[in-house]
Amino acid sequence: MPEPEYDLVVIGAGVVGSALAREFTLRGRSVALVDTRSDVGDVTSKANTAILHTGFDATPGTTESRLVARGYRLLSDYAAKAGIPVEPLGALLVAWDEEQLAALPGLAEKAAANGYHETRLLDAAELARREPHLGPGALAALEVPGESIICPWTTTLAFATEAVRHGADLLLGHTVTGAEPGADHTVLHTDRGPVRARCVVNAAGLGSDRVHAMFGHKSFTITPRRGQLIVFDKLARSLVNHILLPVPTKMGKGVLVSPTVYGNVMLGPTAEDLTDRSATESTEDGLAMLREKGNRIVPALLREEVTTIYAGLRAATEFSDYQISFHPDQRYVCVGGIRSTGLTSSLAIAEYVGAELAGWPGEAMPGPPADVVPPQMPYLGQVDARPAEDAALIEKDPAYGEIVCFCERVSRGEIRDALHSEIAPSTVEGLRRRTRAGMGRCQGFYCGAVVSRMVDEGADAPVKAEAAK
Amino acid sequence: MNERVRHDVDVAVIGGGPSGLAAAVALRQAGVERVEVLEREGVAGGIPRHSAHTGYGLRDFRRMMTGPAYARRYAALAAAAGVTVRTTTMVTGWSGDGGLEVTAPAGLSVVHASAVLMATGARERPRPARWVPGDRGQGVYTTGQLQQTVYLHDRPVGRRAIVVGAEHVGFSAMMTLRHAGVEVAALTTELPRHQSYLPFHLGARWMLRVPVLTGTRVVAVRGKPRPEEVELERLADGHRWTEACDTVVFTGDWVPDHELARTAGVGMDPRTLGPVIDATGATSTPGLFAAGNLCHPVETADVAALSGRHAGRSIARWLAGRAASAAGAGVPIEVDGPLAWTSPQRISSSADLPARGRVILRPSVFARLPRVRVSQGDRVLWQGRLPQFVPSRPALLPASWLARVDPSGAAVRIEALV
Repeated sequence: MPEPEYDLVVIGAGVVGSALAREFTLRGRSVALVDTRSDVGDVTSKANTAILHTGFDATPGTTESRLVARGYRLLSDYAAKAGIPVEPLGALLVAWDEEQLAALPGLAEKAAANGYHETRLLDAAELARREPHLGPGALAALEVPGESIICPWTTTLAFATEAVRHGADLLLGHTVTGAEPGADHTVLHTDRGPVRARCVVNAAGLGSDRVHAMFGHKSFTITPRRGQLIVFDKLARSLVNHILLPVPTKMGKGVLVSPTVYGNVMLGPTAEDLTDRSATESTEDGLAMLREKGNRIVPALLREEVTTIYAGLRAATEFSDYQISFHPDQRYVCVGGIRSTGLTSSLAIAEYVGAELAGWPGEAMPGPPADVVPPQMPYLGQVDARPAEDAALIEKDPAYGEIVCFCERVSRGEIRDALHSEIAPSTVEGLRRRTRAGMGRCQGFYCGAVVSRMVDEGADAPVKAEAAK
Repeated sequence: MNERVRHDVDVAVIGGGPSGLAAAVALRQAGVERVEVLEREGVAGGIPRHSAHTGYGLRDFRRMMTGPAYARRYAALAAAAGVTVRTTTMVTGWSGDGGLEVTAPAGLSVVHASAVLMATGARERPRPARWVPGDRGQGVYTTGQLQQTVYLHDRPVGRRAIVVGAEHVGFSAMMTLRHAGVEVAALTTELPRHQSYLPFHLGARWMLRVPVLTGTRVVAVRGKPRPEEVELERLADGHRWTEACDTVVFTGDWVPDHELARTAGVGMDPRTLGPVIDATGATSTPGLFAAGNLCHPVETADVAALSGRHAGRSIARWLAGRAASAAGAGVPIEVDGPLAWTSPQRISSSADLPARGRVILRPSVFARLPRVRVSQGDRVLWQGRLPQFVPSRPALLPASWLARVDPSGAAVRIEALV
């Protein structure tokens, strides 16, 4: 029997799988990170509400509660070092009726039970002062100052980049078709040949129950929960100061209105339980519902232009907690059912799984080095200066002063850098997540043709073409 | 490290499309010394650059030419007139003291000008801005993106397309698709008729056999990574069906590129979504003017150019102290009846005539010989019939009545009686 090529293979290059691959490579393991898609973070990790949660509203005592609270601290620290945009805006849970108003003290107690003690009740007058564009009828709010917004794309990309820099093989476009656990290693079959590894970690998100079944386990089933989201024009940004969260009630979770780190305002999500694991389309009913809710929360928002609409699928299961399980006999770990909080908890999940795995017989590994320097990621936020706003940088390299995407102010230099990066995009969408090019209000009216050509031919091609015409 | 280099000019023109270039030429001809056009694209000329069919230049050059030829002609006129056209130069915002913050390969600068003309044009609303749900992916275009893809970059588009919209630009998109070898399954419009010229429609119908589906709404675009079908709805009876296609082009439904106007804090018109201007192109901020399709989304390129030329002349007069600044004073113009908007929206002085001596109205219905009444309080200033109303096309109202406006009176009301 051939020798295993890797100590570990991680299935799924979403935010959780990438964090796991990073953890294992930092701890000296040889790792393959396998994903069926052509890019990292291309399924659930790219389309969510992009909030860095304190974990204030988790169910106390759950794995999720513990890992979200820990992950919040780990990711806040990591983001600051890696240049991942984070804005600590704080959240307001706005009560619109008596039932919601009555629920606020309970939510504050729950937060305390989760170890979060900074919540505060705001009366209607203070709420109106803090959020002058709220619709009529807001009664009060619970403030959660620690809730933040974050860039989900840069987060996944930073983890994957760091893993690759420390030796991980990123096997994109590999669909796992079966697993053969053997005496000392597992053969993972993919549509592009077998991958042999001593241990397998399942971080397959929407497919995690199927991978779990390949190892003979049927302990949970994924029910994709679709969330449709509407992103409004940057000119709406001044209408909203905080993450405006709904108060969960018997009637469901409701929708939120939140600024994004790119300077837009987001409205959503819907929550639809589906069976189709690829149903990422937005729907007439979904948009109508969001329009109605948004109109109540911040009426002026609906008078601004919509920049984009998207839908993501969350990997929900029949259980209300993460489905993390360890199977040392098969040298297999399942990290399934990681719901919408996975972005926040990703580093804590990786830390937890790494520590458990290191305790297995024959799997002892060194702890992560204390002096790791995260990769410096291209900055996609609105708070600090981006390359096209940096005079010194433009003086050194004029390509950073040549703006290609007008709406998002993305320079040719940034597009060139992304196309030459370790995990280079192969599609327009991949480039968009690395630079913001094409994600703005015109949706490609001005730059779509040029940007699409750059993805295929390199960042210099179009200049010559247009001059020659 | 982020010090901006200061640069002073007499007039800064934001946008080097037909209206900005025509304004700059007019300013130079009126003797203004330092006129600078700031154009964010690599080549000046604006939208006509990538509209390769003929039909440009009728009203300003009195001849027909293609879009690219028209764009080159304005760029050449600007150069000959001594206008400085800075391309790949983007105005990103306003500095605290009224200057323009500019990004270019040469570095960051702040441009201070005695007068600024905003000529930033308009764009088509893309699919999400029209709230059309479905799958995201490649193969969904606006005309702007489609025409650049085909004419500037020679890139493949698709095989079978649905064109959403049946105003001029919808037919323009259809021609582009044909040029790119794409079959056009249909044009759709929610209105009861197409809104272009009869020959375009007849050409589509009889020569190219492309139907125009009137009274039809796009419900959703489905399929990934490219579209596989669009779902359509007949508005009259709610009947729904799907049309197979791998390409969808959203045309028309223009929205002004108004970010700089809005961040400048000038009065905005909730109808055009552009700045409120008077007949000279003056906004509510002294020294800040606007022209072209930023103000009337949209007119053909020649009309935009004439609007720019008119604003250029007005700015020259204002600089010479021969015209008062509007600065938000004066009488507002309001519209009533089936009219989407008017341009201009304010009368500062009854002595100023708008571009081409006409007020542009935008009807929202079709009508033959519609009756229009202009009044101020109880006084009727003008009434008569216009040739026709076609949505998305201009109805030009003679401006002779401007001389009878009482500058201290109530709002002027333009009423369409259809």
